[in-house]
Amino acid sequence: MEKMAKKNKSTESLKELGEKIVKDIEKNKNPNVVVPIRALSNVIFNEKTKTLELGDKTSTRSFFDIRQAKKFLQTVEVASIIKKELLETNKHEHLRGIFYITKRTIPETNINLVDEQTESDSIIEDLEVITGLSREELHVSANKMGSLVGNITLLDSGDTIDCSKLGKGGYSVPSITEELEFKKVNAKYVLYMEKAAVFERLNEDKFWQKNNCILITSQGQTTRGIRRLLQRLSEEEKLPIYVLCDGDIYGAYIYSVVKYGSIALAHASERLTIPNCKYIGITMDDVVKYDLKKQLIKLDEKDLARIKQVSLYDWFKDNKDWQRQFKMMKEFGGKVEIQSLATRGISFISEVYLPEKIKKKDFLD
Amino acid sequence: MADNIKAYELAKQQREISISEFFLKNRHLLGFDNPTRALMMVVKEAVDNSLDACAEMKVLPEIKVEIKEINENRFIVIVEDNGPGIIKQQIPNIFGKLLYGSKFHRLRQSMGQQGIGISAAVLYSQLTTGKATKIYSRVSPKKPAHYFELQIDTKKNDPHVLKDNEIKWEKDHGTKIEIEIEGRYLKGKQSVDEYIKEISIVNPHATIIYITPEKEKLEYKRVTEELPKEAKEIKPHPYGIELGHLIKMLQDTRANTLQGFLQKDFSRIGAHTAQEICKNSKLKPAEKPKKLENKQIEVLFKILQETKIMAPSSDCLSPIGAELLERGLRKEIQADFYVTTTRSPSVYRGMPFIIEVGIAYGGELDKESQSRLMRLANRVPLLYQQGACAVTEAVIETNWKPYGLNQSGNNLPTGPAIILVHIASVWVPFTSEAKEAIAHYDEIIKEIKLALQECGRKLSIYIHKHIRAAEQREKINLFERYIPELANALSSLTGYKKEILNEKLQKLLKKMLPTLEAKNGENGKEK
Repeated sequence: MEKMAKKNKSTESLKELGEKIVKDIEKNKNPNVVVPIRALSNVIFNEKTKTLELGDKTSTRSFFDIRQAKKFLQTVEVASIIKKELLETNKHEHLRGIFYITKRTIPETNINLVDEQTESDSIIEDLEVITGLSREELHVSANKMGSLVGNITLLDSGDTIDCSKLGKGGYSVPSITEELEFKKVNAKYVLYMEKAAVFERLNEDKFWQKNNCILITSQGQTTRGIRRLLQRLSEEEKLPIYVLCDGDIYGAYIYSVVKYGSIALAHASERLTIPNCKYIGITMDDVVKYDLKKQLIKLDEKDLARIKQVSLYDWFKDNKDWQRQFKMMKEFGGKVEIQSLATRGISFISEVYLPEKIKKKDFLD
Repeated sequence: MADNIKAYELAKQQREISISEFFLKNRHLLGFDNPTRALMMVVKEAVDNSLDACAEMKVLPEIKVEIKEINENRFIVIVEDNGPGIIKQQIPNIFGKLLYGSKFHRLRQSMGQQGIGISAAVLYSQLTTGKATKIYSRVSPKKPAHYFELQIDTKKNDPHVLKDNEIKWEKDHGTKIEIEIEGRYLKGKQSVDEYIKEISIVNPHATIIYITPEKEKLEYKRVTEELPKEAKEIKPHPYGIELGHLIKMLQDTRANTLQGFLQKDFSRIGAHTAQEICKNSKLKPAEKPKKLENKQIEVLFKILQETKIMAPSSDCLSPIGAELLERGLRKEIQADFYVTTTRSPSVYRGMPFIIEVGIAYGGELDKESQSRLMRLANRVPLLYQQGACAVTEAVIETNWKPYGLNQSGNNLPTGPAIILVHIASVWVPFTSEAKEAIAHYDEIIKEIKLALQECGRKLSIYIHKHIRAAEQREKINLFERYIPELANALSSLTGYKKEILNEKLQKLLKKMLPTLEAKNGENGKEK
């Protein structure tokens, strides 16, 4: 029943969007859509909730405007595809699939409605902020890019999955984690890492078994499915979430996205952020403590520019610990990967580094 | 001793070389170095003479050029004009003697300069075919027409007349020449066809009928009845002479005093300046010019160069004029946009000159390849030695990108354009006697660049406006394509009928059109 209601709500929201445009046309007005701005200029860091929120700046996208016409058409067309092809038939489609449905040449021109997937992805994010619906509610999914192992049993579409018995690969986290059920959770904490290679190392070493935890990874930037899953594990199961990243500015940003939210998805922060998660490493202090100086990779100009930019973000600028990290990065003039710990022994990470860190609660907030 | 014997031996071999003999061995110097170019040169020399003759007589030129192909290596060139004709006694000298003419010794703008061209063509004909040149000429309806067949005695540089008859001719006055030569007819940038086309652009007052070797009759009609302004003869300017020239002038002068000589025999020297020159040269104004010693002349020469003297008068020049140049371009070049300019007179080495530039853009011109450069001097096209010419240097050194043409490295610009550069001067400084490339004088290059920039700025305004307008049309077309798409998507989103939405959106487009254009215009300005 709840599902039906949700679907109707989604269908209605999209239809409303269309009807507003038809009304403009009937009034002989330039049809337009008001879109909240999804950019740093309209993202506010809420000190109370410790999350990124979308401000109230909006832009008006009009059809009869040479610079906006195509984007306007994309918006209506994607809305119509989602309503007709996905919601009304109760099917789901990937971002990539939506891209291929919209990637067509407009008759009698040499113009493609969309050329790159980033365009259709961006339209879907626009539709989220316009309608207030999440991507999941629009039946659009992202690529599966994550794995999970550990002492947890899940119910996924009626199948019971014991994540302690899944071998080397682990459980492949679906792009929509909203509807997963946590049947049995024995773990004490969740360790989330940006590197799949590190996940494999820890899984082979049975780190989760020895330390009674859950390991989760997604390659590079954390997907929405993983972020929602981490949030639910934190909120519903009260598990501490530890984040393990490379010792560089990009690792720091990945951590901040998991914790506070991202600029592009500030509108969805409420359902994605984990304000009380902790950064376990790699820190610049680890570089000194574990003698990793020789493993440092020299910073280039792009890295330095990014350090400057990130250190000025509202959610970092008053954080003394992080500012100290950024300062050390610049002093060392280098960055370090998680895997560099292997110079101290292949299983140094699972046998010494992580247990020591967790025992001493040596985290960054 | 041995040396002396050698000197006597050498003396036996030393003798005067006639100019004709010199030409025999050095015909490339006059532009007759290959059969294709030779054919073009013969036509050019004859047509240049005809146009000059018509200018002398102040008559609108009607010139007929015919090239008959005997076989692929041999042609008869026939050029006929309605000029003043040539009196009987002079015909052999003009056509049968190299370096004979009225143009060399005076300072006035004309197409020919040395009086070498047409007789060189006669010589080339006799050299390659052994045939005599046929000439018809008549000076007045009251006098009979004369027919000559002649060759050149190369040892003496004298005409060798084979036939000399009075004949009946339908023309009241004019000259016709028939020359048989070895040649080759090709089309393209350096062809007779191109020469005729260019000469008709820069002589918009002339009608030229051209019968090609393929027997095609091409008519280049005049677009103006206005004769070019008559170019006055001027006296030399002190900055333009050399020491030897000054010595000769002092000997030849009719003036009895140095001051009189300076005032009468030079341009731009008045009584005041003449006295100043005398004073600075430490010479008496009353001094007899013929009595000056070499040392005194040297001082006088130096002072002449140092004294501030006004630039020569430009009466001696006859530019085409920006308006007529544009009409000339329009009649022969199919383009969308034309711009022309005539600069004010300027001076190099005491010689006045005027630069004119015309640019034709768009239309049927080739968009992909290099823009065409047309170089002209005193209304004569220069088809060879483009790379060695000062005009080419000036065009290459101009930055064409801001003007809307592409340009890479040290090259001519690319794009659908023809760039025409005309230099009018009493004495065009050619790099060689073939008269195909202009020497690199800084003053000339600078003037050409200024003229190019002037036209370039107008071209850029046109191109940018034109491109904007085209983009605008394209964008409006785009809306017409977008509307059915939007109607379709909206219809499936809301259930409204797409035909109705389509119709309403089309109406709305009409209403929005003015604001669309205005907005786009503003954007254009911002850029």
